[in-house]
Amino acid sequence: MHRYLFSKLAQSLLLLFGVLFLVFMMVRVTGDPAALMMPRESSPEQIEAFREEMGFNDPLMVQFGRFIVEAVKGDFGNSLHFKTPAMPMVVERLGATVELAVAGLLMAMIFGIPIGLIGGFTPGGVTDNIGRFIALMGQSIPNFWLGLMMILYFGVELGWFPTFGRDTWHSVVMPAFVLGLPVLGQIVRLTRSAVLEIRGEDFIRTAHSKGLEPKTIYTKHVLRNVAIPLVSVIGVQFGYMLGGSIYIEAIFSWPGMGGLLEQSIGWRDFPLVQAIAVFTSVIVLALNIVTDMAYSIIDPRIRYGR
Amino acid sequence: MADNTTTPKTVDSLLDTEKTFKERVAYFGRFLWRDRSGVIGLIVFLIVVFAAVFAPMITDQSPLDQDLRSSKMPPAWQEEGDWAHPFGTDSLGKDIFSRVLYGARVSLMVGLFGVLIAGTLGMLIGAIAGYAGGRLDAAIMSGVNLILSLPYLLFVVFIAAVLGRSLLNVILIFGITDAPIFARVTRGEVLRIRESGYVESAVSAGARWPRILFDHILPNLLGPLITLATFEMSRMIFYEAGLGFLGLSVPPNEYPTWGNMLAAGRKYMTSYPWMASFPGLAIMFTSLGMNLLGDWLRDVLDPRMRRSRK
Repeated sequence: MHRYLFSKLAQSLLLLFGVLFLVFMMVRVTGDPAALMMPRESSPEQIEAFREEMGFNDPLMVQFGRFIVEAVKGDFGNSLHFKTPAMPMVVERLGATVELAVAGLLMAMIFGIPIGLIGGFTPGGVTDNIGRFIALMGQSIPNFWLGLMMILYFGVELGWFPTFGRDTWHSVVMPAFVLGLPVLGQIVRLTRSAVLEIRGEDFIRTAHSKGLEPKTIYTKHVLRNVAIPLVSVIGVQFGYMLGGSIYIEAIFSWPGMGGLLEQSIGWRDFPLVQAIAVFTSVIVLALNIVTDMAYSIIDPRIRYGR
Repeated sequence: MADNTTTPKTVDSLLDTEKTFKERVAYFGRFLWRDRSGVIGLIVFLIVVFAAVFAPMITDQSPLDQDLRSSKMPPAWQEEGDWAHPFGTDSLGKDIFSRVLYGARVSLMVGLFGVLIAGTLGMLIGAIAGYAGGRLDAAIMSGVNLILSLPYLLFVVFIAAVLGRSLLNVILIFGITDAPIFARVTRGEVLRIRESGYVESAVSAGARWPRILFDHILPNLLGPLITLATFEMSRMIFYEAGLGFLGLSVPPNEYPTWGNMLAAGRKYMTSYPWMASFPGLAIMFTSLGMNLLGDWLRDVLDPRMRRSRK
């Protein structure tokens, strides 16, 4: 168990290094970083001064060493737009993004798991067909577009929900729904097929034949086994939501990291963009470790197998 | 094969080499008919391809011509609409119907070439890992799994922002970032096939590796990979629109895409909703079709899946 955790940690640290390398190289190797970050109308002298100030004239290895050292300290330089350190600004926005992602995930789980369970136990039934339709739609509707349409109808036409910002609990409803819809579809699909698969397993038949109550079989044998793939998919989907919130936050002017990312790309504020990319990766990597832990708690085979 | 007549008439695999061409077509047709949603998916996909290929013949409006006198016209069925512009016009008087049609070209191109690049790269990496096994396999696969655990969309947006907006960049970004998924599936299949009885018997019968690779492994790989390619293509079309929406895909004055139409229409959402509605509907229509098609392909090409469905 400890060895397992340790190797996961080591892998994650390695990947984090990879992320830092990628983020560093992308900005520098694909062109002139000074020209990339400066406004298009800057004069050559301005760009040269900026290049000197940012240390872009130093050898690449020196720059990378400096970048890593600063990054470990959590320093990604100053935001070019705000002229203040980038990292604290990103951390400040974290709360709003996590709130949105958690709300979306809860919505997806509260509706998705029961629908998937019912669908798996009664394939071909009404709930199953509704569930499969929802799953297909969640997969096919571009959620950023659905967000626009919902603003138009529920926000402007009916006036039920605010169309932007983060004030009351009302404001979280639409963005969370839109962000969670593809995840809802995934959860329905996965739960359904997991139930179908497990119901056909030998140990379920054994449980039936030794006279266990169906209720006991469902809660003890089936649900526990459905939980295993579910936990891993929920972990992955939460990471996806942190990335996918870029679009949703931009549409609903949600004051989270995604909205900040959209703006900072518009401003060509690359120190800020880098800070967001690295910080989100750190969260997702940490989340992966937590998921793996949860996984091994539910499934003893993983705990003892290694 | 003489003993073909003695075996039951049920057709087990599409890629069974002993079937004649006619039998295969009949098999495909039967499955298409049994699963209606697959038919719908196929038709939808063909409509999109048709629209993309024959766009200049379907409409005589240019997708790029501006006409400020007829700007912000509503769709034809609304008041003040005109059948010259069935879906209305945008803020600069460009015809939305023709932009949606021409936009299908970009979407399909991104999906097709993106999947081709990702599929080739991924197959290569996955096949090497699966065939080599041992430490090389472990190293490659832990790299692949770790890349897959990163916030994908965020990095796509980041890379697109650095590289700048062009069609080629978008295709390259998707082609490279999507390769790990193909690598993982390929490797899993290669492992499974390598352990199978028929490969073992071919090896013991003295078959050389090109024959094993092309006659035994590749045909069995194709099914899962084609299914994956359909889903990934639909995903790429989706994400290209997302990039366009953030202003990171093909610029709107160069070529119309569904994404950049959405981005342009977003500003006029409340007063002229049709500017953003139609490109969104086009994306939804396309990815609905491709998802249905993918589900169906998975059932047809993978007999194991078919059995578990019953």
